[in-house]
Amino acid sequence: MGILEVKNVGKRFGGLQALGDVNLSIAENSVHAIIGPNGAGKSTLLNCLVGKLIPDTGSVLFDGQSVLGRKPYEINQMGISRVFQTPEIFGDLTVMENMMIPCFAKRDGSFGLNAMTNMLNDRDIVNRAEHMLEEMNMVDKRHMHSASLSRGDKRRLEIGMCLSQEPRLLLLDEPTAGMARADTNNTIDLLKQIKDERDITIAIIEHDMHVVFSLAERITVLAQGTPLVEDTPDNIKGHPKVREAYLGETQAA
Amino acid sequence: MLGLTKKDFTLFMVVLAMVALAPFILNPFPQGSSLAQMFNAGYPDLMQRFVIFGILVIGFNILFGLTGYLSFGHAAFLGVGSYSAVWMFKLLGMNVIPGILLSMVVAGIFALAIGYVSLRRSGIYFSILTLAFAQMSYNLAYSVLGNPTSNFNLTNGETGLQLLLTDPRVLGQSTTADGSLPVTNFFGIAMRDSYELRLGDWLFTFNAGYYLCGIIMLISFYISIRIFRSPFGMMLRAVKSNQQRMNYTGLNTKPYTLAAFVISGIYAGLAGGLLSSMDPLAGAERMHWTASGEIVIMAILGGVGTLIGPILGAGFNEYFKNILSKINDGVLHQWLGFLPDGVEDFLVTIIHPFVGKGWHLTLGLLFMVVIIFLPGGLVEGGKRLGRMIFGNPKRSTAEAEADAAEQRNTAAE
Repeated sequence: MGILEVKNVGKRFGGLQALGDVNLSIAENSVHAIIGPNGAGKSTLLNCLVGKLIPDTGSVLFDGQSVLGRKPYEINQMGISRVFQTPEIFGDLTVMENMMIPCFAKRDGSFGLNAMTNMLNDRDIVNRAEHMLEEMNMVDKRHMHSASLSRGDKRRLEIGMCLSQEPRLLLLDEPTAGMARADTNNTIDLLKQIKDERDITIAIIEHDMHVVFSLAERITVLAQGTPLVEDTPDNIKGHPKVREAYLGETQAA
Repeated sequence: MLGLTKKDFTLFMVVLAMVALAPFILNPFPQGSSLAQMFNAGYPDLMQRFVIFGILVIGFNILFGLTGYLSFGHAAFLGVGSYSAVWMFKLLGMNVIPGILLSMVVAGIFALAIGYVSLRRSGIYFSILTLAFAQMSYNLAYSVLGNPTSNFNLTNGETGLQLLLTDPRVLGQSTTADGSLPVTNFFGIAMRDSYELRLGDWLFTFNAGYYLCGIIMLISFYISIRIFRSPFGMMLRAVKSNQQRMNYTGLNTKPYTLAAFVISGIYAGLAGGLLSSMDPLAGAERMHWTASGEIVIMAILGGVGTLIGPILGAGFNEYFKNILSKINDGVLHQWLGFLPDGVEDFLVTIIHPFVGKGWHLTLGLLFMVVIIFLPGGLVEGGKRLGRMIFGNPKRSTAEAEADAAEQRNTAAE
C-alpha cells in the first residue's frame, strides 16, 4: 500500500473525458514521475489530488484517508504540498516573510488570530524560516521583495516554502518549465538533495525527459486520460507503447 | 518600547504629539484676523471630526490596506454605531462609555453578518455586495425602521434619532434641574466643556470631548500598528498578494478576511459612537453611500496600506472641506479686491463653482491629482519631498520598498 492510492478515478468536462480510469499507487519515500503528451490529463489528475477538482468517480487515499471533498488547505494540512508550474509565491512580501508564512501554517494550523504579537519576536518561527533560507541558499536575499527574484530563485523559494511545512508528499507540477538549462540543472540538484536528506515522497509531473530520468524511480505514462504503463525509468525508455504514445512513433525501435 | 520597533515608536510619539498639541497647531493665526476666520481649524467640533474620522479610516485601512478587499459600505457601520450610542444615551444615561462600547459591539455583529455574506466574493463583486448592504441599511434607517408613528421606531427616519426630555435614562436623569436636556459626559466631565487659553491675540481651545476622542484614536492607532506587525497582519497581506498560494499552504483565507472585516467594522462603529457622544444626534445620512465613498477617498488620499496614511487622509479631507465650504463670494471679493473691477468679477465668477457649496468639485479635483501623480497618496508625497530635500532624489522605488521591508522585518525591542 503506497502513501497515495488513486483508484478508478475519472473526470469528465462536458464532452471531454479528461481522465478515464486512473489507478496509481505512489510508494512512500519514492520519486514517482507522471509523464505523458499534452492533453493526457496530467494536470487534471494533479488537481484531483490537491482538492482543486473533485473527480466524478473513484477514490483518492492519502495515508489511508480520503482527500475527496476536502478543501485545498485541508489537504495541505494533511501533509501534501504543491509546487506550481509558474512559481506561486507572495510577490508583495519579502523572501523572509514568504518563508515565515508556511512555518506559521505548520505550527498554528489553518487560522490563527495572533494579532498582537510582533511576528519577529516569535523566535521559533524566525529560526525555522532562517534555517530553511540557509538550506535554500537564500539568506542574502531575505529582505528582497520576492517578486523581484529571478525565475530560478522564485522556484527555490517556493520549494523551500513547501519543505518548511515538512510535507510527507511533495507534488511538483513541471518544476523546470520555462527555465534556462543552468536553472534546470540547479533545480534537479536541489530536488536530488531534498530526496537524499529527508523522508519525503515526491510526485513529479514533467515534460523535460532529462529531468524525469535524472530523478524518477518509478514512471507512470499517461495517455488520453488513462495510464499506459508504469515501470522503472530504464524499462520505460525502451517501451514501445510509450514511444508510440509519447513520441508519435509508429514502429518499435 | 511598548512592543514597537524604534521607528514605529517614533511614529507613534509624533502622532501623540500632534494630537496633544492640535489646538496650537491648528490655530496658527491670531483670533479675529481674516486669516484666522478662514484657516484656523482649532475648533472643538472640527478637531473632534479630525480624530474620529482618523479612527474610521485607520480601521478601514486594516481591511483595504492589508487584504485589498475594497468595502464600499463602511458607512453602514458608522451609522449603526451612531444609533447604538444615542440609544444608550436615551435609555441608560449620559455617560459616553456604555454608548461607545455598545456601538462597537453592535457594529461588530453587523460586520460579522455582512462580511460573512459579502466575503464569498472578491474584487468588484465584494465591493458591490457591501455597497448593496450599506444602501439597504440606509433605506431601512431612513424609512422602514424609522416611522415616528409606529411602536417600533428605531431610527426616527429623516429627522434622525435625538434625545427627548421624556427619555427614561435609568442611570441618570431625564431632564436637568432647569428642565433642559442633560449633556454627554465622561464620568462627570461634560464633552462640550472647554478650557480656553489666551496668549496675546491668540486663543486656544482645549476641549474635553476632543481629548477623549484623541486618546481613543491613539489607542486605535497603537492597535493598528500592532496588527500591521503581527503574524495576523502578515497573513492579511498574504491574502492580498496570492490567495492561491495561501490555500495551498494550508491556510484558510476566509476567517482571515472575515476577522479583518469585523475589526474594521468595529473601528467604524467606534467612530460612529464617538460622533454621537460628541453630539447626541444620529441621522440616516451617515450611512449613505456617499459617506462610504468618502471613507474610501480619505484612505486613498492618505496612502493605502501605510500606518500614518489614514490619519493624514482624514485630516486633509476634513480640513479642506471646512475651508473650501467657508469661502463665499464675499470672501472672494475681499481677497481679489486689489484687481480692477472687471477682472475681479470675472475671477470670482470662475472660482465661484469651486468653493462654498461647490467644495466637492475642488476636493474631487484634488483627489484626481493625487491618484494620477501620487498613487501612494500623501505618504508617498511626503516621502518624495523628503528625498528631494534630504538628498538622493534618484533613489528607486525598489530601494525604498526594500527599506520599508527591512523596517517591517526588524524585531521590536
